[in-house]
Amino acid sequence: MRGVCIVVFRQAKWSEPLIFEIGGDGRIGHIVPEPGEEVRRIVDGINIPEKIKRKKPPRLPRVSEVEVVRHYTRLTQMSYGVDNGPVPLGSCTMKYNPRIGFEAAYDPRITWLHPLQDEDTVQGLLKLLYLLQKWLANITGMDKCTLHPAAGAHGELTGMLVTRKYHDLRGQLNVKKEIIVPDSAHGTNPASASMAGFTVVEVPSGSDGNIDVEALKTVVSEKTAGLMITNPSTLGLFEENIAEIEELIHSVDGLLYYDGANLNGIMGYTRPGDMGFDIAHINIHKTFGSPHGGGGPGAGPVCVKDRVVNEDKSIRLGDLLPGYIVEYDEDNDKYYLLGPGKHSIGLLKAFFGNIGPLIWGFTYILMLGAKGLRLVTEQAVLNTNYFASKIRKVKGFSIPYGENRPRKHEVVVSAEKLYEETGVSALDVAKGLLDAGFYAPTIYFPLIVREALMTEFTESETLENIDKYVERLREISETAYTNPEEARKWPINTSVGRIDEVKANHPKTMAPTWRIYLEKTRK
Amino acid sequence: MNPHPWIPNSTDEYCKVIMEELGIRSIDELFQDIPGKFRIKRDEWDNLEIGFKEPISEYEAWRFIDESLSMNKKLKTIPFLGGGVYPHYVPAVVKHILMRGEFLTSYTPYQAEISVGLMQALFEYQSLMAELLDMDIVNASMYDWGSATGEAFLMSLRVKRGRRKIIIPHTMNPFHRRVAETYLYPHDVSLVEVGVTEKGTVNISELEEKIDGETAAVYLQNPNFLGFIEEYAVEIGEIAHKHGALFIMGVYPISLGLLEAPGKLGADIVVGEGQPLGLYPSFGGPLLGIFAIRNDRKLLRQMPGRLIGLTTTKDGKERAFAMILQTREQHIRREKATSNICTNEALSAIASAVYLSLLGPDGLKKLAETNYYHAHYAEKKLSSLEGVETRIYSGEFFNEFPVRFDHTGREYYEIHRRLLEKGIHGGIYLGNSYPELGESALYAFTEMHTRRDIDLLVEALKDVLNG
Ligand SMILES: Cc1ncc(COP(=O)(O)O)c(C=O)c1O
Repeated sequence: MRGVCIVVFRQAKWSEPLIFEIGGDGRIGHIVPEPGEEVRRIVDGINIPEKIKRKKPPRLPRVSEVEVVRHYTRLTQMSYGVDNGPVPLGSCTMKYNPRIGFEAAYDPRITWLHPLQDEDTVQGLLKLLYLLQKWLANITGMDKCTLHPAAGAHGELTGMLVTRKYHDLRGQLNVKKEIIVPDSAHGTNPASASMAGFTVVEVPSGSDGNIDVEALKTVVSEKTAGLMITNPSTLGLFEENIAEIEELIHSVDGLLYYDGANLNGIMGYTRPGDMGFDIAHINIHKTFGSPHGGGGPGAGPVCVKDRVVNEDKSIRLGDLLPGYIVEYDEDNDKYYLLGPGKHSIGLLKAFFGNIGPLIWGFTYILMLGAKGLRLVTEQAVLNTNYFASKIRKVKGFSIPYGENRPRKHEVVVSAEKLYEETGVSALDVAKGLLDAGFYAPTIYFPLIVREALMTEFTESETLENIDKYVERLREISETAYTNPEEARKWPINTSVGRIDEVKANHPKTMAPTWRIYLEKTRK
Repeated sequence: MNPHPWIPNSTDEYCKVIMEELGIRSIDELFQDIPGKFRIKRDEWDNLEIGFKEPISEYEAWRFIDESLSMNKKLKTIPFLGGGVYPHYVPAVVKHILMRGEFLTSYTPYQAEISVGLMQALFEYQSLMAELLDMDIVNASMYDWGSATGEAFLMSLRVKRGRRKIIIPHTMNPFHRRVAETYLYPHDVSLVEVGVTEKGTVNISELEEKIDGETAAVYLQNPNFLGFIEEYAVEIGEIAHKHGALFIMGVYPISLGLLEAPGKLGADIVVGEGQPLGLYPSFGGPLLGIFAIRNDRKLLRQMPGRLIGLTTTKDGKERAFAMILQTREQHIRREKATSNICTNEALSAIASAVYLSLLGPDGLKKLAETNYYHAHYAEKKLSSLEGVETRIYSGEFFNEFPVRFDHTGREYYEIHRRLLEKGIHGGIYLGNSYPELGESALYAFTEMHTRRDIDLLVEALKDVLNG
């Protein structure tokens, strides 16, 4: 059925110049349409006030079309994505991105639509978005969704501003000042709470990986505006005390925010809405198969419970959502956009949402359906625990926090022992993985695990590759215990070797653009 | 359940191997830690409306999407809509580079050695954009122009600690303004508006009256929302600086083929929409938020977003790249970070790098000229229609301008509906944000609106107004 073979990997290595260093005078890469004679005659010249006319053309390269294609093709050959092999970055859910999603998202009947087009002209698109809203509400167990936010963190900011507005409308803003986050939280959580004007209060995790409820009790107070957590946590563990936590927070009229980055671990088994969360964001680019594009774009829809906000019950949490919500008028069989309404927090970006990733995610859910999504979760959890079970047996690695508890979407492995005994760190391990043609796990996160290797294979990794990955980690461990110096030379099979980060960050040598580089090297 | 093509281990054989390794008999054992009262019953989940409940084939999915999208109305020309997002032709090369899986399916380049190509592409975006804007430092992208503006305003409050006022023009894009208001909602800050002159551009004496030592920033959009060119940008920047405020400019990058670069106009921070540079309008997303600053340590420390820097390998022998100044970012600084942004619009940034490389300095200038010509041709033609006013303001415009229909005796909504019946989509109705303009709409023209398209618009309007 399967055979483990030795992995040999050499990444392409082109000494590819910068685009600025390619090409020559007079070359062009694209013919731009020009106005015809008649248009020129009628307009009779360009009249821009002298003061505001561009004096010097921008210093852009002059390259032919083929040079552009070759240049960027070579750059792609020195990059690595899910299409190349496993990218088990924990918390990032780097699953296979089904290509049918691209076909849908890049359909010219979508790509050429302007965001301010009349609703009557975009009924087809609105129908898909309407369904997506409904499906996401059902997946999360919430009542109302906005597809407006552009990413997970954008969704978090949305959620925190909704929380703020909720307390504002209840006249409690002068009291409700704090957002509680666990110490295992993703950096965007405290950053989003802080951008929304809240003070961040951290709670520790217990050795079983759950939030320490006793510690939580000491920080929950009248000042608590809300709590942000992800469940399963960034340790890949289901938060077992969620019922108690929910009660505690709601007892002081705080709102529960669900960071949906880890939804891949629970679909079909439980839902944030069932667990008592009031607000949740979803990372379409994690759970629902749209690609990460080297750092974006993504989409971060936010769903809320139909919670009453004010006394006469005329305002609901859903009324606070930002952006435009697709509604359906059954009588006229017509879809239309609503919002942002009177109580909405407004807009977080100029227009509807990130349609490309949203339609990709729509296609993903469409093809899998409820049952397929549960299969996704089951297989992701199986893969995680299979890897956890194997890596446990490799010298130098351990799985701290709730050691014997099953993991969900991911597992955080610690290389602390390896580091203490051999000096080979999580960073070195990561580089050793690159050398075998694998992407590394997320390292040094969550902050509460020493020498962390946060690993998430997702449901789309093959068993063969997980075996090879473990095999490579075993080799790395062996090298560490026999010849640790070797480990510090890794990687050697990638396009370049280890990077000089000090030079990159030093004020004297820092070069965030080509022009600054030229300035500094000329001196 | 049947195996699924996206889930390679979803066969009985593979599941058996895994379950044996784990010593479990049923998958359910891995979910026992979820308290029973929170568990959703199998049947209940299976019957939720999520997709078609069961997995379906790719062909069936495609048919469904295809049939749904056929409900979109086919128009005779690209809509004459702008307002921050513009239809510009996307060269085939751009799309084909974006389709390369090594970029498309990769994550943020946390492992620089294996992602050097992606980092170079992002560095090139930062560098090309810096040349276009004549600014020193550009981040690897924000979500869009609106959110970049919100972040720029927040940044100005950090840089100018204690100041509580930001001045914006009446002609700031109203959508961006709404976004900025949302970003500023938690902060005790006032947005103070400055009106326009008969040229449709910022009223400088009003600015001088309103600016004071409380002002953290002055924002100027060029061309402004109504399409007019802010001739006195330098003076506006000087006034801001005289009062110790930052000068923030918002730009439409295509216009910079003709208009002076914001770096030459004294801008401290520049924001803008990168979508016109190689991205589809795509009903408003994904877009590309441009964020640039002058090379100033204080500004740099407060800048939001990711930055890629040029460096070398440790042995100093080869060029390489690194994510720099990460201590500003959320994954290191958490609640003290300059922003919460994590996932950004990296692939959009690469698209505009490819686009700017293809066009080069001459292509960009020509493109700006064609946009200018098409819009001015349209203005001449439209102004010949009875009762149609195209010169509400006397200032120079780039490729967009307001058209007033008050003297036709018609409401714009009615005109718009009638145009739509003829397969033509007119401009953005202005009555909501600019009631003083009456029955007006903002019409935009790019290289994609050919003379024939414009003639069609004019003919259709003539019919509508005569009918
Ligand atoms: C747990 C967690 N929360 C939030 C985020 C932020 O999401 P995004 O990168 O889409 O802004 C991430 C992803 O990086 C994450 O892993």
